[in-house]
Amino acid sequence: MYLRHGSFSYLPELTDDEIAAQIRYALLNGWPVSLEYTDDPHPRNVYWEMWGLPMFDLTEPDGVLREIDECRATFPGHYIRMLAYDAKLGRQTIMMSFIVHRPAREPGFRLDRGEGSNRTQRYSVYSYATETPSGDRYRRDVR
Amino acid sequence: MYRPEAATVNGAGSPPAEPAPDESAGPLDARSTIDLRADEAAERVRSVLDALDAELVGLAGVKRRIRETAALLMVDRARARFGLSASKPSLHMSFTGGPGTGKTTVALRMAEILHALGYLRVPRVYPVTRDDLVGQFIGHTAPKTKEALARAAGGVLFIDEAYYLYRPDNERDYGQEAIEILLQEMESARGSLVVIFAGYEDRMETFFSSNPGLSSRVAHHIEFEDYTTGELAEIAELMLTRDDYRLSEQGRAAFLEYLDRRRAMPRFANARSVRNALERARLRQANRLVAGHGQVGRDDLMLITEQDVRGSRVFIDPLETGLEDPAV
Repeated sequence: MYLRHGSFSYLPELTDDEIAAQIRYALLNGWPVSLEYTDDPHPRNVYWEMWGLPMFDLTEPDGVLREIDECRATFPGHYIRMLAYDAKLGRQTIMMSFIVHRPAREPGFRLDRGEGSNRTQRYSVYSYATETPSGDRYRRDVR
Repeated sequence: MYRPEAATVNGAGSPPAEPAPDESAGPLDARSTIDLRADEAAERVRSVLDALDAELVGLAGVKRRIRETAALLMVDRARARFGLSASKPSLHMSFTGGPGTGKTTVALRMAEILHALGYLRVPRVYPVTRDDLVGQFIGHTAPKTKEALARAAGGVLFIDEAYYLYRPDNERDYGQEAIEILLQEMESARGSLVVIFAGYEDRMETFFSSNPGLSSRVAHHIEFEDYTTGELAEIAELMLTRDDYRLSEQGRAAFLEYLDRRRAMPRFANARSVRNALERARLRQANRLVAGHGQVGRDDLMLITEQDVRGSRVFIDPLETGLEDPAV
């Protein structure tokens, strides 16, 4: 199942040039860009692992692309996203975030229905990827 | 929609980055001709070269080398339009010369020329020294160097006093690591930045001879000669005019004498020494005006007299005073 996460997720995958153009937009706005990766893309898992520190004081996207390539080489079977953070007073939040890399095969999610008290229905999302321990997920798909 | 390009300072975003050879229209017909002078990029290069001539005194050799380099790049562009072989030219340079001979200023102009010709995305120079590239402990150097490269991306990385990168006396020095990462970046075809190594001539010589890989990848070696006394005086006039000051007749003669004496002394830094000397002359002028009778006119505020120049300690015989550095 193709994971939809962050901006542009319903568009065809961005090429590196398009990613660079988006990063340039973020840098022109003064938003430092950072990278994060995970092998547990559950929608409620908001805390992904940081790939190094946020990249401050950049004006051109080359440095970020280099880090993206390095992260892809290290974690070919993980999801990698870029984040652009606006530190302006009153904002102080992520302004843009999208996936720049995904594993070759994505097992996807299952919707679990559970019976609660008083016949209430409780739903939960189950990620098939979590059947294997963290670090081993998507490994067999690595080519 | 908010367009950040419109808000950026001059040069950061405009004119839009273009690939070096303009191949969008396909190669030109073999019999057609193009006018090198009519090229829009050539026009911008010419204005930069004119600015270089106007604001830099002397340096004839440097200016000639820069003109040659610009001409070579313009011809490369034209060749690319005819579909002739146009491998990406190696643009990395080394600027060698004494202190205060205008290496940094020329680097700024070089960035503008390369930007006008489309070899750089931004006409910006990111100056670094050893401290910005070399780390303190194992594993610290690579991230630091890469960070500097990322910040300079699209522009010029100007490594001042580059010979400090390499310390032959300490084999565990991390400078070598920084040099290797730089080399990698300079080699890569994707690399979008131009590296300029700058430093004093004799020490750069040993630096390059101990790093043969580096010297072979630096295509343009440009030497900056020391200024003559006449050129220094001309520079002083330019600096004073820019700041709305002027020298009196006797003051000018005294300043020439000052330059002759100062040149013979240690730690003479060409244009930088001239600027510092003028700073101190201005200081003495202000002191004289304040200590004087109080009434000053526009002319008094502009004029630097012989007295202000001769107040310098350079005019005191260093043997008598035993001063270590007479310029301070």
